[in-house]
Amino acid sequence: MAEEKRVIHDEQQTIEIDLRQPGVAAFWAWVWPGAGHLYQRRYAKGLLFMIAILSTWFFGLFLGEGRVVYASFKQPMPRWHYICQLGVGLPALPAIVQNRRVSGSPPKEPLFGGWMAPPQQPVVLDMEDELGYWHKTLNYRFEMGTLYTMVAGLLNILAIYDAYAGPLIIAHDGKRRKDEKANGDKRTGDHRPDEKPSPGVPPGESAADTSAQK
Amino acid sequence: MSLLFAATQNQLWYAAPLIVAISLVYGATRHELMGAVLHQAFRTAVWIVGFMLIIFAVLSLISWWT
Repeated sequence: MAEEKRVIHDEQQTIEIDLRQPGVAAFWAWVWPGAGHLYQRRYAKGLLFMIAILSTWFFGLFLGEGRVVYASFKQPMPRWHYICQLGVGLPALPAIVQNRRVSGSPPKEPLFGGWMAPPQQPVVLDMEDELGYWHKTLNYRFEMGTLYTMVAGLLNILAIYDAYAGPLIIAHDGKRRKDEKANGDKRTGDHRPDEKPSPGVPPGESAADTSAQK
Repeated sequence: MSLLFAATQNQLWYAAPLIVAISLVYGATRHELMGAVLHQAFRTAVWIVGFMLIIFAVLSLISWWT
């Protein structure tokens, strides 16, 4: 797989980002938040993603006492939240293992005291509604924990995209944005290193942009 | 209005870490340099809080009206 580099203009500085193998970086970014950036040697951003996303994830897990992340696709209560939570990668995968154990044939006892195991379903007469019990005991912390872990998973999808394609540079102030619009440059100074500039064309602008201004 | 505020003020604190995390991650996906990331994160956080305040004002108004 070919390594890829990208040149961007951020805060009036030109930076060359070595994306290495973007597909591999994206995979690592999914497996463990920030790992894709560490693989690309973008250490500051890697640590930022790791701390921000994982602290959100584990705080949510702590709020929900490990009950808010579980994989269950049984009707009538499928856990669709898990699709968002799965975005965080490896930290969400024990829920799959627990689901396989509990819903296997014959069913086995969940590991780690039921951590990330789905509640017993369906609820039958003379049997405690486990999901209802979680809601009752955890109260609003069940919802908060679910929200935190879902947000962590969704944030990691942004981080995965950043590992794959680099940052999406946007204009800071309205004036600059207005100027760029007037010049017909919608890419805000972003270009690929293999893009050869035409003579007399400033970096970040293509010959087509310059001809449009004329 | 006071009932709405009283009911939510404790749980509102749970929004603070989320706003910080979302702002930082969003800023980091828009810039490469840490200074620009933090600047963008601050702008995003202000935007989110402002949006929440507007929603709070609208809900308070509805609560007061009914």
